[in-house]
Parts: sequence; structure tokens; C-alpha cells
Amino acid sequence: MTWVEVNAAPELIHTPPLRLKQKSADRTALNTDMYCLLKCSPLILAVAVCHGWLFGDFVGKQKELDEISLWPLPQKFQSSAVAFKLSPGSFQIVHAKQSSAGPSCSILVNAFRRYFEYMFGDLKKHEKSRKKVYDSDLAELQVWITSADPECDGYPSLQADESYELSVDEPSAVLKAANVWGALRGLETFSQLVYRDDYGANNINKTDISDFPRFAHRGILLDSSRHFLPLKVILANLEAMAMNKFNVFHWHIVDDPSFPYMSRTFPDLSQKRKGAYHPFTHVYTPSDVKMVIEFARMRGIRVIPEFDTPGHTQSWGNGIKNLLTPCYSGSSPSGTFGPVNPILNSSYDFMTQFFKEISTVFPDAYIHLGGDEVDFSCWKSNPDIKKFMVQQGFGTDYSKLESFYIQRLLDIVAATKKGYMVWQEVFDNGVKLKADTQIHVWKERPQYQDEMAKVTAAGFNALLSTPWYLNRISYGQDWVNIYKADPQNFTGTDAQKKLVIGGEACLWGEYVDATNLTPRLWPRASAVAERLWSDKSVTDVGNAYKRLVQHRCRMVKRGIPAEPLFVGHCRQEYMGL
Amino acid sequence: PFVLQLDEISLWPLPQKFQSSAVAFKLSPGSFQIVHAKQSSAGPSCSILVNAFRRYFEYMFGDLKKHEKSRKKVYDSDLAELQVWITSFCSLCVDELSVDEPSAVLKAANVWGALRGLETFSQLVYRDDYGANNINKTDISDFPRFAHRGILLDSSRHFLPLKVILANLEAMAMNKFNVFHWHIVDDPSFPYMSRTFPDLSQKGAYHPFTHVYTPSDVKMVIEFARMRGIRVIPEFDTPGHTQSWGNGQLNLLTPCYSGSSPSGTFGPVNPILNSSYDFMTQFFKEISTVFPDAYIHLGGDEVDFSCWKSNPDIKKFMVQQGFGTDYSKLESFYIQRLLDIVAATKKGYMVWQEVFDNGVKLKDDTVVEVWIGNKMEEELQNVTGAGFTTILSAPWYLDYISYGQDWQRYYKVEPLNFPGTDAQKKLVIGGEACLWGEYVDATNLTPRLWPRASAVAERLWSDKSVTDVGNAYKRLVQHRCRMVKRGIPAEPLFVGHCRQEYMGL
Repeated sequence: MTWVEVNAAPELIHTPPLRLKQKSADRTALNTDMYCLLKCSPLILAVAVCHGWLFGDFVGKQKELDEISLWPLPQKFQSSAVAFKLSPGSFQIVHAKQSSAGPSCSILVNAFRRYFEYMFGDLKKHEKSRKKVYDSDLAELQVWITSADPECDGYPSLQADESYELSVDEPSAVLKAANVWGALRGLETFSQLVYRDDYGANNINKTDISDFPRFAHRGILLDSSRHFLPLKVILANLEAMAMNKFNVFHWHIVDDPSFPYMSRTFPDLSQKRKGAYHPFTHVYTPSDVKMVIEFARMRGIRVIPEFDTPGHTQSWGNGIKNLLTPCYSGSSPSGTFGPVNPILNSSYDFMTQFFKEISTVFPDAYIHLGGDEVDFSCWKSNPDIKKFMVQQGFGTDYSKLESFYIQRLLDIVAATKKGYMVWQEVFDNGVKLKADTQIHVWKERPQYQDEMAKVTAAGFNALLSTPWYLNRISYGQDWVNIYKADPQNFTGTDAQKKLVIGGEACLWGEYVDATNLTPRLWPRASAVAERLWSDKSVTDVGNAYKRLVQHRCRMVKRGIPAEPLFVGHCRQEYMGL
Repeated sequence: PFVLQLDEISLWPLPQKFQSSAVAFKLSPGSFQIVHAKQSSAGPSCSILVNAFRRYFEYMFGDLKKHEKSRKKVYDSDLAELQVWITSFCSLCVDELSVDEPSAVLKAANVWGALRGLETFSQLVYRDDYGANNINKTDISDFPRFAHRGILLDSSRHFLPLKVILANLEAMAMNKFNVFHWHIVDDPSFPYMSRTFPDLSQKGAYHPFTHVYTPSDVKMVIEFARMRGIRVIPEFDTPGHTQSWGNGQLNLLTPCYSGSSPSGTFGPVNPILNSSYDFMTQFFKEISTVFPDAYIHLGGDEVDFSCWKSNPDIKKFMVQQGFGTDYSKLESFYIQRLLDIVAATKKGYMVWQEVFDNGVKLKDDTVVEVWIGNKMEEELQNVTGAGFTTILSAPWYLDYISYGQDWQRYYKVEPLNFPGTDAQKKLVIGGEACLWGEYVDATNLTPRLWPRASAVAERLWSDKSVTDVGNAYKRLVQHRCRMVKRGIPAEPLFVGHCRQEYMGL
């Protein structure tokens, strides 16, 4: 991996490419940024080394530094130059004797296999070859679940304890965690510590780590409505999420363009023409959804579905008659439809049945109810709606009508015992919300810092996405700005800061599908991953660049087409197309 | 006339002359054949055609092969075969395709036209609601607007596995591109394995075994491209952009000085040593035999003078030659000698525009590539005014990305939109879409290039009047789904879906 550094840095320092220079101002700024970033890297390193906690015994030992490719960076980390060898033929991941989990714990057993593959997958052919025992062999990793209930059959939750302690020493490494969720995170970290020396042998340094996430909610939003995402793509991205310690898959499963969720209660939603793009090839069957949830559970990832109403519902109208508001052109219906019709009881009857299904299909304690970007023009055109506005005394304030709808919807969902997440408009419009409601901040204006302050001042949990709309692309290393955003960077009390439960990287679907989604998301989302997991003080872009270059190559090696940060190479390039 | 069948028509790039009727014929995968016409001068021994027949049969019916043996239903109006007729004597060089009962006929002067016509034929085939293959009665006569329609890929900033290059050659053929401009080496790495100077890649590639193009790799790329009517023009850019050359070739690069002593870093090729020219002579002798195309791209862009300025020997040489402090004269001195070296190998050359701008004396058949966006029209005017042929890439740097449908910007470019005489306009022989490698490798190159490069493809092939963005959008949406169906991960233009989504990752 040192190749990357040796070759990438001189390119930048000696020959800043003029081809880039002649473009717009912000690009120049970015380049200057990177130019300095690498040119000053000895300086940055010097500073980093001063963080004793960060590189521990590495002071003055530049070589070992190269081998460190942890991402996201653990909270506490100490490592020494003493290295142990791992033999793919004999190394084992085992349940510690004292562990409350054993071979019947499917989450762990699957994870052991997965991480063994990640570490030694390409070496399996040597498994039977003559075994050379080194003086200093690391024979096994013991995984020790300490709490009485390891939660082997449970689902991860907002409250899940993801902390773990990892000690790598002769003859065994020990990974200690309260339950499987922390163990999963620790296994990922352990696998990241293993590196190949010049002879291709697997090494791991003597290391002590104690780690926990800074934020409890670390999510990725994928949008399967604007483009249908084949199951394979969703599963691969769940894999990548686990490699980055993300723990929430926010599944923006339906929206205006298509309704791929196959409902048992209302099959017409996806089966009627123009509900889904295609009723058989472009839908998620109940078993698909189950598979996504289980695949995610195995990786400690919650699946939170979003069924956005009353706007963003054009595709719902194809399968459910009278659900959407008929728009009028003058005194007669125009044939087009607007948001969910908020003045009909049938709309609420439908929502009651529909969310009853959703609440049983998706085990997570939360459902995302959307509530964003409601266009009032259709409501305004409809005479029945106008009459209703007068009856209710709403005047001409249609946000009151929106609140009226949302209020009833929230009551419906609350009755299913689920908590809910909503986009910030619902809060902005003053809808009465349950105390455990999570407000998802996404708008650029007003500034998200002000919105975060407002939401938390009102006592609600807040989630940040504004700086992390990864569907927006630009030329150059945009991960740097993504990395620099901090969800707690607003004016507020400590109590307010504690109400920030995390954030989500959003990849809206207008311009991505199976052909380009994965490389567009990774490693840019990795920048968000570290912001949400690591300590607030971990902000050194130069250090992050070096680790992220290696982390992206690791993802590539594991089969994820994560795109390059800049000029360079991976030992093993992507094998797909 | 084609507006009528707009839904079914997904031709890309749009042919020059096109007539189609609502009469549809059925094609049965079990019986349909692509054959050499009786009068054709080509036969089964023509490997380019035989391979192309197979390829296009796969494209059209590949997913239906399982039905090959199934009961055959003959429709009233069956299209039984496509006859490919190579006429060999070409007066107008217009390729003609006529689809009618019982046979379609594709007439072309040679295999190159036949390849383009086969692509067009395959694009005419569509599935009806019952999944049956249909083709409408059609007459097409087609030819490219520009002769040089290229894609530049950069295998130095990131190594591109062979598989990626081959897949993009496939995609190029689907878009009627005919030049692969292979920017094979540059500052960061030297993946080209030279027989004469093996140290160049052994010491200059990212890895001497896994990140190189062996002689047989290069041969395979050239042959794979030839089969698709694509020229491979390698670029060996000097005297700048050569950091990686220095690892394997001692004394080739100029030692930079810090004050009165060498700083340990190196600049462009050292233009004052005879050994540099000896090296270039041998090197380009090899290149001229390895790459069959009549042209080599010699680069010549972005030469940084600071290192030359720091070097006392260079300074002395400047005085001796009477160059004063004008280092572009030194650059021209180098380029001039290099051009003579390459001319001696009987190759023509392409250069980036700086070489022309600096007043280097050029052979008449030199192709000047205009890449600087600023004052592009003026540059085209100057280059063609001086009588040189030129290709345009300035508006088509596809490595620059932005949010939204940037393909429209590429599509709207008109290469001949500069002040000049008709004779000058004729000197514009085409253009290239460039995908520089800073931010792309095997993980994201293909979806980043396609279908954005398709916009360039139509601009360079179709008639000047084909500029309707709305119509282009409709066709391009279908064209990109066709590429996806054929295994190319071409990214979406906007919200929507393909019948068959991409199966890879």
C-alpha cells in the first residue's frame, strides 16, 4: 500500500496538472487544498504523532504508520511495533469459554465466517499447505460476549450497545463486547488490523482498542423508487455499510415515480400498471424484504422503511382509488392528482390498514413517515378541499391542512406502537409530535445549524443529512467537505447536543441505479461514517486521506466497487466492470 | 417521417438518411440468419465480418438462445435473413441498409461500413408486446459526418485492467466511435511494457507484473479494436508528463536544481543531451511497429519550465543556442527533433495544441488536438487557417462532472461553429471525448463514460441538423438501456427504468 503514497504524492507536488487549473474557481480551491494537504503531509504527521493516544507507540516509526488503515478510527487505540503472524491454515475465530454466546448464535457464526473470508479468502488454496509456525504466532481470536443475553436472535435498535474492547496479544486476541452488536463492530476492526508484509504473510501488531460510537444513529438512505435497485445492489451496499460501521439502512422504498414495495394488504399498489415500473421484475416481494432485513440484522444494521406521505405519492394513486386529491382546472377535474386526499375518511382507513402491515413487516421500532415537500397547488384547486378549509377554520393556510393530515397519520402509526421519524417540515409546521419523534434535518435553508438548534431546543431528537446529500456530485475530492461537517456544530446547550442522535448520508435516486450507485456512494459515505463514529477531535484531513485510500482499496478487495479518491492504485484492482 | 414510430425507434447515433414504414416483419431467433450476399467480395474467411455476425446475433437474440430448438412459428411476414454485401468499389462510400421482405440487404464498400451497418440493423430490432422480435420496413443510407471520432482513456493515473478497456471498446462500437486514443503513460505510472526498454515499466509501473500491459495485452487491445473498426492511437506524451519514465531510464529527465546543487527531483525530458534523442529514436521505432495505426500521438502539452530554468547546463545551452530566456524556444527545439525522429518511422503524428501555438514546424498531415476551453473557436480558426487538420476535445472533457444532465451540454456543441472558410471547416476531421484518469478506475470508469460519451458520438456522426435535445433524450434513454442489456453499465440519464436492469454491481 505504500505504493499509493510514493506515487500519488509526487504527482501532486511536482506537476499540479494544468488541465485542472483552467476550470472554475471552486475546483482550483479544491486542488490547492489537496496540494497543500499532501505537500504538508510531513507536518500533518508530526502533529498526528503528538496525539499520543492516536498512534501510541508509533512515535518515530514511520513504517508501521503505513500499515494502519483503520476506518472509522476507534475511540481509543494503542499499538506497538511488535507484530504477530496469522496463518490462514490454523488461525481461528472462536467463542471465548466465558462467553454467553456459542455455536447456536447465528449472527456470530456468520460473522466469523465472513471476516475469515475477508482476511484470508484469497489464500484458502494454501489451507492444506505445509504449515510454518512462526515464533510469534497469533493462534486465535476469542470473542467474549459478557452480558447474560447476547441478543443473538434480536434486532439491532437505537439503544444497542455497540461498544467493544479488543486486545491483540500472544497467543490469543480477545474481543470483549456486551452483546453481538459490539462484537460485530470489533470483528470489523480486527479484520482491518491484519496486513500483509513484504512476503505476503499476514501480520497483526500488538494492539489495544476500546471503542464505541459517538452517535447511535449512523445511516445510509437509498432510494428504490426513482430507479429500481436490484436486490443484489442493496445487499452489496449493506455489506459496505458494515465495513464502515453504519447501522441504519433508511430505505426510501417508494415515491412518486414507482411503488416497488409489494404489499400483502394492498397488492394493487405495486401490481397495477404504473405502480411499480414492472409488476414482476421491478418489485420487492415479501420474501425480498425479509431477506434485506435479515441480511442487515446479521450485520447489526437496522432497516427503517420510509413511506412518505402526503406528498411524493403519485405512484400510490395507480393502485388505490380516491387516495390522491383530484386536481381541478377551473371548475372541472383536470385528470391529474395531487397529495393524499386529507379530507376523506377513506384515506385514513387506508393508512390504518397499510401501516398496520408495515409495522409487522419491518421489525424496527421506527418508521420514517416523510412529510416533506407537500405541494399545495392541487389542494388549492379542489373545491371540496376549499370547502373543508373553511369548515375547519384554516383560512387559506394550507400548512394547517397538511398538519391536520400528519396529525391523524401520526396517531395511526403511534397506535401500532412504532416510533416515527419525519423530515423537518413536519416540525417546522408545528405539528404536535410524540416526545420520542426524530426530526430529520435536510434543508439548506435556513442553515442546518439553526434548524438543529431549534429542533433540539424544542426537546426533540435530531438527525442531520443536509451536508450529506451524496447524490450531488462535483469534480474533485468532495469527500473533504463531507468529512468536515459536524452534526453538533451549532449553538446550543449540552442537553441540546445530546439530543443529536446522529445523521444519514442520502443518495437520492434521480441519477443512480445498479450501474453506478455503489461507486458513487463509496468511499464518499465513508467520510460520513467516520464523522458519526469517531471522536469529535478526529478531523485531520491529511491523516484521513491516507487511511481512506487504504480503506477504499480494502473495500475493492472485498468486492465493493468503491471509487478512487485520487491518482493511485490498489494492489488488487476491482475485478468487475 | 420517423416521428411516427418514435417509441420504437432508438437509433443512436441517428443515421444520415432514414426512411421507415409502419410495416413490421418478424425475426425468429431460430431461423434468422446473417449471411454474406452472393455478390459480396467477402466470404467466410473474412474474420472481421464473421465475428461481427456472431456478435450482433448475440446482441439481438442472445437471451433467447434457449428457444433455438423450439417449435418454429413462421409468421406471414418473416424476415429470413440479413445479406451483407461488400461491394469493394466505392464511389460515394455511402453505406446502405434496406430492410424488406424476405431479406434485408446491407451494402457497404468494405468491412468498416458493414460494421457500422450491422450496429444500425441491430438497433432497428425491437420486441413487441408478446416478446417477439420485430423490425420495420426501412431504408437507410448512412455515413459519418467526421472521420475521427475518438475516446481518450488514461491508463496512467489509474491502471485500467484489460477487461475494462475491452468493455469500453465494445461500448465504442455500439456508438460508432472509431478511434481509441490510448493515453497509456503519464507522470504517475508507466504501464506500457516496452521490449526495447523493459525497465520503463519494471521500474515505472504501479506494479511490474499486475499493473502493466504486456506486448500480448497490447496486441489483444489492437485486435479487439480492429474487429470493431476502431483505430488504436497510443499517446506517448513528452517532454512533460514524463515523471514515470525517469525511474527506468537514467539521465532521461532534467535534474532540477535548488540553488547551485541538484535538488533530487526531475523535470521534463532533458532536451540538451544527445542521449535523450537516441533513446527516443529507439523507443519510437518500437512504438511504430507495435501500433499499426498511421498516427502516433506525441503529446507536447503542459511543459513546466521551472526545472529547466533551475538547471545551469540548460541555461548555458539556452545562451549557446541564442534562445535568450524564452524557454518555449527550447521546448520547440526538442519537439522539432522529436517530430523528425517520428517522421522517420513513416508515421504521422498528432499533438496537443501547445505544439502548434509555440510555432513548431509541423508536417502537413499533422493533426492538432484542441483541448483548451478558453478561446477554443479562435484556436480552431488559427489551426485550420494555417492549413492543419484538427480534432476537438475541449468541450468534451468528461472527467469533469457536475450534478444533473450534463450530456446536453456535450450534445449542443457544434465543432464547426467558428469563423473560417469552407476549406478551413473541412480541416476539422473530428473530435474526442476525454476521460482523464485522476478520479476514475475500474470501479467507476464505465458508468461515468456512458452514455455521456454517446452525446459526443452523435455529434460526430450524425448530420449537423440533428440538434433536437428532446428527441435525443428519448432515443438516448433507450440507447442506454440497450447498452445495459448488452452488459455495459451505462448510467441513467434521469428517473426511469430499463426492462432489463444491469446485472452486475
